[in-house]
Amino acid sequence: MTAYIIRRILMTIPILIGISIISFGIMQFAPGEPTALDLDPNISPEDREAQLEEMGLNDPIPVQYLRWAGNILQGDLGSSFITNRDVATMITERLPNTLVLMITSTVMTMVVAIPIGIVSAIRQYSKRDYVFTFASFFGVSIPNFWLGLMLIIFLSVQLGWFPVGGVGTLGGEFNLFDRLHHLLLPALVLATADMAQMTRYTRTSMLEVKNQDYVRTARAKGFKEGKVVYKHALRNALMPLITMFGLLLPTFIGGSVVVEQIFTWPGIGQLFLDSTFQRDYPVIMALTMFGAVLVVLGNLIADILYAVVDPRIEY
Amino acid sequence: MDENQMKQEVKPPPQVTGAETLGKHESMLSIILKKFFQNKLAVIGLIMLTIIISSAIFAPWLATHDPNATSTLDRLAPPSAENWLGADHLGRDIYSRMLYAGQMSLWVGFAAMLSATTIGVVVGSVAGYFGGWIDGVLMRVVDIIISFPSIFLLITIVSVFRPSPEMLIIVFAILSWTGTARIVRSEFLSLKKREFVLAAQTLGLPKRRIIFGHILPNAIGPVIVAATLAIGAFIITESTLSFLGLGISPPTATWGNMLSDSQDLTVFLTAWYYPLFPGLMIFITVLSFNFVGDGLRDALDPRVVEK
Repeated sequence: MTAYIIRRILMTIPILIGISIISFGIMQFAPGEPTALDLDPNISPEDREAQLEEMGLNDPIPVQYLRWAGNILQGDLGSSFITNRDVATMITERLPNTLVLMITSTVMTMVVAIPIGIVSAIRQYSKRDYVFTFASFFGVSIPNFWLGLMLIIFLSVQLGWFPVGGVGTLGGEFNLFDRLHHLLLPALVLATADMAQMTRYTRTSMLEVKNQDYVRTARAKGFKEGKVVYKHALRNALMPLITMFGLLLPTFIGGSVVVEQIFTWPGIGQLFLDSTFQRDYPVIMALTMFGAVLVVLGNLIADILYAVVDPRIEY
Repeated sequence: MDENQMKQEVKPPPQVTGAETLGKHESMLSIILKKFFQNKLAVIGLIMLTIIISSAIFAPWLATHDPNATSTLDRLAPPSAENWLGADHLGRDIYSRMLYAGQMSLWVGFAAMLSATTIGVVVGSVAGYFGGWIDGVLMRVVDIIISFPSIFLLITIVSVFRPSPEMLIIVFAILSWTGTARIVRSEFLSLKKREFVLAAQTLGLPKRRIIFGHILPNAIGPVIVAATLAIGAFIITESTLSFLGLGISPPTATWGNMLSDSQDLTVFLTAWYYPLFPGLMIFITVLSFNFVGDGLRDALDPRVVEK
């Protein structure tokens, strides 16, 4: 087991190297001088050359890559072309907002998907099961940006029930209710597709467990139905789901770009989109790497958790 | 005790109707079609897709206006006899634009699906058939591509290179063939050990013919399902990018960039129909592809028996 975990961790290293080469490569092929905004257009060609030399941009590309990768490993993500601020600071400033959004969405997903999935599985082919199945098709098919737009138009703008965007009322003091009021719609939009997806997974997982011998044994022993379902079946049905939550991370990261844009939520996703519009390459590279690392970590955690919770798996 | 065990072993799977279906000889295709058409949602999806695809193909005849003709007087005009679904912020007819947008959105979806599936099938077949270091290398490439949050990478690539629709399709394909490759590979791993492959090898058939002529047809079911679902996913991705102002740029209409133009407080307050309809089209189209894909999954899976 320990050997498996170590091997699994080692396997991520080539993946991370591959990711960093691709991120770096895209920026190398990007049109336009990466330093164009940094350099004064009026300086003489000699001075310009000297400046390029000083910034290390005349070095061979592999040397530039190694320097960039080395800096990243030391936590130095460079500084923004636009604001000249430290990229790592820019990310850490906005990270809490994105985390709040993602954690809320995760909780929403669990609270909605698991009970519905269980009910669907226990009452398979019942009317309720069909309704939930139908609803989950809606959830995975609805484009999140359109859902967000519609909620803003009807609930925020027309009915005035919710704020149009932002993390809290501007200029106001910290107020938990106000924060939650702002959080509800974006978190809901971010969670919609995953709620639907997780409902399906819970249902499938529960169906698989439902007819297992040990569930029948529990029933034969005369346990109440509730105890059979929640104590015997559910525990085993939830095991594969633990790993699914590790895989939610990528969809949340992708979704946060759209959701933060629509709800003007000052998080990582918005920073990323803003920097792509301004061609702020250091920020784009750092965030692409950051997102990819999170996805790799999510997969890693999912795999390790799976090994931990399911002792039947041999490695 | 013994009797119980016997009973269990002989017990047929519950849904098989026995004599009626087992007696007749049916072709594989007719069984699949029958199973597919028994699925109500799948049939509904197929009907809706037929309508949506024909409306895109016949857009020039169905449209009431030139999709790009602007009109100052009709700005944000509400639905009426003249503009069936209203007009946008430049006075363009939303109904006509939506039909033409369907052409672009569906074309991107189909073309990206075909390219991604082709790459995925070839890589998956090669990796699965040959195994060894070829498999190892190809699957590491898959691991790397799959690890990228694809929307991040897409936004980066699209914002840096500003691709044409054709380039966009290629980028989609390059980033999305991995799922199909994994499916095909795992099918190949189990299929290549079967007798019919051994027979083909013994006959001395060329490897290409064994892979694509003998093994692949047996692995095609899950590929078709994944491909159907992928069209919907590509339509969502394209419209997301276009919505963010990064995909296909105006004046060419796509459902996504129509929504992008509608992000405006005046629109939100007075012209709610403007963002409603293009989004509804994306939603219904993707929903239909998902219905059909799910129906195909059940129809193509021999373990799912007819009810």
